Amino acid sequence: MSDIVRTFPKDLIDLDQFSPEQLTHILDTAENFKEVSEREIKKVPTLRGKLVVIFFHENSTRTRLSFEVAAKRLSADTVALSASGSSLSKGESLLDTARNIEAMHPDALVIRHGASGTPGFLGRRLSFPVLNAGDGAHAHPTQALLDMLTLREVKGRLDGLRIAIIGDIAHSRVARSNMIGLSKMGARVAVAGPPSMMAVELAETYGVEVYNRPEPAIEGADGVMMLRIQLERQTGALFPGNREYALVYGLSRERLKLAKEDAVILHPGPVNQGVELSPELYEDRRSVILPQVTNGVAVRMALLYLLIERPGQAEAA
Amino acid sequence: MTSLLIKNGRLIDPSQNIDAERDLWLAGGRVKAVDRPGAFSSGSAEKNIDAQGLWVLPGLIDMHVHLREPGHEYKETVASGLAAAAAGGFTAVLAMPNTSPPLDNAQEVAALLERGRAAASARVWPAAAMTRGRRGEDLTEYQDLKNAGAVAVTDDGSWVRNPKVLRRVLDYAAVCGLLPLCHAEDHDLAEGGAIHEGRVSTRLGLPGIPAQAEINAVTRDINMVELSGRPLHFCHISTRGAIEAIGSAKAKGLPVSCETAPHYLFLTHEDVGDYDPNAKMNPPLRGEADRDSLLAALADGTVDALATDHAPHSSLEKDVEFIDAAFGVIGLESALPLALELVRRRLISPSRLVELMSLNPARLLNIPGGSLAPGQPADLTLVDPNLAFTLRPEDSRSLSRNSPFWGRDFVGRAVKTLVGGREV
Repeated sequence: MSDIVRTFPKDLIDLDQFSPEQLTHILDTAENFKEVSEREIKKVPTLRGKLVVIFFHENSTRTRLSFEVAAKRLSADTVALSASGSSLSKGESLLDTARNIEAMHPDALVIRHGASGTPGFLGRRLSFPVLNAGDGAHAHPTQALLDMLTLREVKGRLDGLRIAIIGDIAHSRVARSNMIGLSKMGARVAVAGPPSMMAVELAETYGVEVYNRPEPAIEGADGVMMLRIQLERQTGALFPGNREYALVYGLSRERLKLAKEDAVILHPGPVNQGVELSPELYEDRRSVILPQVTNGVAVRMALLYLLIERPGQAEAA
Repeated sequence: MTSLLIKNGRLIDPSQNIDAERDLWLAGGRVKAVDRPGAFSSGSAEKNIDAQGLWVLPGLIDMHVHLREPGHEYKETVASGLAAAAAGGFTAVLAMPNTSPPLDNAQEVAALLERGRAAASARVWPAAAMTRGRRGEDLTEYQDLKNAGAVAVTDDGSWVRNPKVLRRVLDYAAVCGLLPLCHAEDHDLAEGGAIHEGRVSTRLGLPGIPAQAEINAVTRDINMVELSGRPLHFCHISTRGAIEAIGSAKAKGLPVSCETAPHYLFLTHEDVGDYDPNAKMNPPLRGEADRDSLLAALADGTVDALATDHAPHSSLEKDVEFIDAAFGVIGLESALPLALELVRRRLISPSRLVELMSLNPARLLNIPGGSLAPGQPADLTLVDPNLAFTLRPEDSRSLSRNSPFWGRDFVGRAVKTLVGGREV
């Protein structure tokens, strides 16, 4: 146990930094923290006196809220920063931001940024833990962990599961972190999307199955993760339109029949109902979209605790 | 002008088919005579340099350098860039015109040459803008630029999109005796890209630049050379597809030439690693197959020149979010040590190194040098092929520090650089 924690990286950048044992430990810790949210007084003193800076350089509702709730349930103080309105050039502001945050002596920085690689950039320059809350199209490790926790809860395991991820894989940090994390835990991942939304060499890079039609990915799946079609991220038309997308790639009751009978539907949210997911399925008993949100808080509590407190490290040193 | 005797060195001069011990007698800024060791008495010159154990090369010429002055003097000045060139063994550089303002008129060409004279270091040869404002529309005044001292025209950084414009460029540049240099990139395909499109761009979640962005442009430009029948030189070739297209064009007898840069021979997109901005350049570092093709083409003659694409940027442009980081790396002080590594690995011969870094650039640009035959300028690079050293940023003469090669151990470097018989 102490070995598992001692070798934890300083920062949470992506799931490729962790061994399967470490990922399991994060999920176990999250599972323990879930109970806190069910108490009458939903708060433990674990991180009392610690300051967590939450810096969102890109809009987000649920991830930001989830991190704030997680920090507060652990009794940490939180400061939220947003980059809007800065008149500095991007480069200056990022370095300046790092220096200014360092000068405030916080205990952790949670960063959401539109540019891939930015959490690592900050992590290398800051002495305290940096937690990636999503960077560009690169990584969204807490989202992947909450997806994994949700799947593990429902299915009892991750090893041997078949998970389909459908949508704009090229621009999806959620897909990337899930391909890494799920594969590490022994799940088989199949991704599908239009060719214009697929990155090159996905199979070689992540060891996943790659399809351009959703059916072969969904076939026999234990879980189907529908990605949000993010029109705001697209330059030039990657697809003829939302209706056409729903027709070819959208998840409907009919298409879901290809999956296992007890398959669950996941979505990182917010859902474009009627585009990637038909409205009837949002309310379907197989949808775990809201449990995902609950688990998000638990996963973020676990990571804040593990990276700030590094339990087990003191006695090991 | 003083006379100088260089004794006991190994002269490597493919223009004279020499790779042997030779003494050189320099006077009046030129090579006076070349002969067997001991042929000239030590007393015949005012000064002697004992080059025992050293290679004596015709001064190296880098035909692709960004000096940044005027406009971005905090990145590099003509003086600092030429000092870095001299330290790296280059006796002359071709300065790219993408300064601010761009080098698209005779006054700017004259001003660059004046700054070069004032620096009293390596020589600077101007490449003027191919089109006004480098916009790819209207041609600049080639004869006026030529008269002012330009030896080439290029819109480096931008491809001439309109084939009709390129046709006029090729035709008219040939009339004026200027070499047109092409930055071959299909901007529509490459738009928004940060690194080579491949496994690494997928892993890092970065927009990719497909190899075909270069191949498309090279292929179209070769078609235009076929139409025009006039010469065209391709800058910084990075892909197997482009080098194959150029090889085929050469086999057909078309007047095309090309250069590649050392980083394409030593690094691949894997070296971007964890978003290293010093591995971000345009064209981007490619795959292993591309690198291997370029190495083969370097040896077999398809590649005419090794040029650095020395592109200084400060930390303001580099130490930022990767997607926003400027493209380009410096190279003047690492190019020769890297090329010597290729010699040690027996991928190229010492003579071939001189062809790539001196003789061919001189011939392509139709400038003096590239040879130490009697009558040529006394521009020489003395190389200690056995000197081990580590490339360190604190030793660099450049004002910028954006190199992917810091900390690399080398064997072999320039120990003396002579321009017009004068040590610089």
